Amino acid sequence: MIGYLLRRIGHGLFLLLGVSLLVFLLMQAAPGDFFSTATLSERMSQETVHALRAQYGLDQPLPVRYVRWLTSALHGEFGYSFSYNMPASALLLPRARNTLLLTVPSLLISWLIAVPLGVFAAWRRVGWIDRLYSGGTSALLGMHDLLLALLALMLALHTGVFPTGGMSSFSASGTLLTDWKDLLWHMALPVSVLVAGSVAPILRHVRSSMIEVLDSRYIRAAEGHGLGPLTVLFRHALPAAANPLISLFGLSTALLLGGSLLVEVVMSWPGLGPMVLEAILGRDMFLVVGAVMLSTVFLICGNFLADLLLYVFDPRIRLDA
Amino acid sequence: MKNRGKLTVTAGVLVAVHLLAVIAGFIAPYNYETQDREHPYARPARIHLTDCEGKFHLRPFVYATSPRDGTVNDYQEDCSRPEPITLFISGENYLLAGLVPTNLHLFGLRAEGRVYLLGTDGFGRDEFSRILYGAQISLFAGLLAAALALSLGMLVGTVAGAFGGWVDESAMRLAEIFIAVPWFYLLLAVRSVLPLHVSPLSAFIMVVAVIGLLNWGQPARLVRGVVLSGRERNFIQAAEGFGAKRLYLLKRHLLPMSFSVALTQMAVLVPRFILAEVLLSFLGLGIGEPFPSWGNMMAAAQQYYVLSSYWWMILPALAPIPVFLAYHALADVLQEKLQSTI
Repeated sequence: MIGYLLRRIGHGLFLLLGVSLLVFLLMQAAPGDFFSTATLSERMSQETVHALRAQYGLDQPLPVRYVRWLTSALHGEFGYSFSYNMPASALLLPRARNTLLLTVPSLLISWLIAVPLGVFAAWRRVGWIDRLYSGGTSALLGMHDLLLALLALMLALHTGVFPTGGMSSFSASGTLLTDWKDLLWHMALPVSVLVAGSVAPILRHVRSSMIEVLDSRYIRAAEGHGLGPLTVLFRHALPAAANPLISLFGLSTALLLGGSLLVEVVMSWPGLGPMVLEAILGRDMFLVVGAVMLSTVFLICGNFLADLLLYVFDPRIRLDA
Repeated sequence: MKNRGKLTVTAGVLVAVHLLAVIAGFIAPYNYETQDREHPYARPARIHLTDCEGKFHLRPFVYATSPRDGTVNDYQEDCSRPEPITLFISGENYLLAGLVPTNLHLFGLRAEGRVYLLGTDGFGRDEFSRILYGAQISLFAGLLAAALALSLGMLVGTVAGAFGGWVDESAMRLAEIFIAVPWFYLLLAVRSVLPLHVSPLSAFIMVVAVIGLLNWGQPARLVRGVVLSGRERNFIQAAEGFGAKRLYLLKRHLLPMSFSVALTQMAVLVPRFILAEVLLSFLGLGIGEPFPSWGNMMAAAQQYYVLSSYWWMILPALAPIPVFLAYHALADVLQEKLQSTI
């Protein structure tokens, strides 16, 4: 158990290091930096720009800069934001929390919807239920997050029932309960958009891997022994079908993180997305690097969770480990 | 048999859509940059068969519109100026398929007025024409990026699978790193180091290159798997026994074996990459004005007043749906075929 976990953690750390190197190299390949536009300004002398570059360590050779950035990341600072003039982490962490506030509930809800529905669709795999199901998932697959987000925004604008963006209202302040209610009210639309965008592929996978299991003989035997459909489906078939689904769990985190970035921008949710966009337009490179690293950390956590679940659910993994 | 029918239908739809994009200039009544400053945010035109007096006409027509007094961007129909819609009419000059200069359009109005099937944007540009021209950019950006990602993935995958050892190990580790970053974040990060203000053509090349170069990991893994299992096949081992060189094996046997996997992967990747281009352009990091892409056309819809008053500005978001559906169906059919051959 411990060996297996350690190996997965080590692998995650290796990936993080690799990603950091990749992104850092990429940023260095960029022509110019945050102070490039300043050199064009008449009000700033070359010496001032040089001094600024030296102050932020931009005049150092690449390996030095990378090691410096790495130590700063290990101290939890992720470099320095030029435009905000403060450690990048102080900006990124609250934003990252807000992003998680969208992605984690969306992840849970879409799986909670997809698993029972997919199992049901696999059980009733002929007839009108199946046709309804395949029509529905195809339609959802054809939609994309951008369309869904714009539609949700339109809904909010026309009905006025939901807020059109942001995370909290001005009026809501005071007791913990009203604050939470206000937050949930603001989360409703972005989370629904994310769920609608991610539920269809999960559903399809659940159905197809369940069908594979339901065709096997021991399920027939279980049915023949008079076990009820619920027991057969959830006690015997689902665990056997779980392996590919759990791997999909990690993948769905990746898709949700990407989708969330867009939804945050469209629905002005103060998550990582709008900040990344702003940092890109302002060439604030450490913010970009930091956001990419944080999103990678989330993804790796998702995959790690999947590995853990796999260990719990799949005895074959336990034997290997 | 059922499978084959499905394949024909989906392939037919895809070919038709791409053809439509190629001959966009002919289908579209106006050029993508033609502005009508008299009609910003005009509603989709009402096509009439009966006129104001209730008389029926065989030829569909529209009424000329003029701004309604006391309103902003609202127009009223003028019952005294019917303008019949004419097929195969000569209008603005354009290059058919980018090659043949002509001025023939599928439909249009003979008179001065203009017909806006899907309304106009804030500059009075015809949304219908722009969606068609936008298809040229969005569809082919996705297609080219997928081709790039696949060729790169196939190259890395076959080499890794065929050579094994440290080559395989390092290639797959690298692929893992590329896969480990949420794709949209990586896309934006790479986009951030490239210049922001560039000419539309280099923006297009840049978008294609960035999307293609970042996504070689998944196809490389799949192709490597095929090559690895292929190396265990008897006929390949026999060829090896007869003294076939590695390069020969790669070219003659292993690469062709991975084609069907690559094709299936292509059907999966293209819609994803079309979406990537759309999103980049939507965020203002892709193809810029005045060239239309499905993404940058929707950028205006981000503003609340546009979204609440001019619902047709969201229509470009619907354009990818049939394309996505067709590609998904194609991927499903190819996947089934693949599984039945193994």
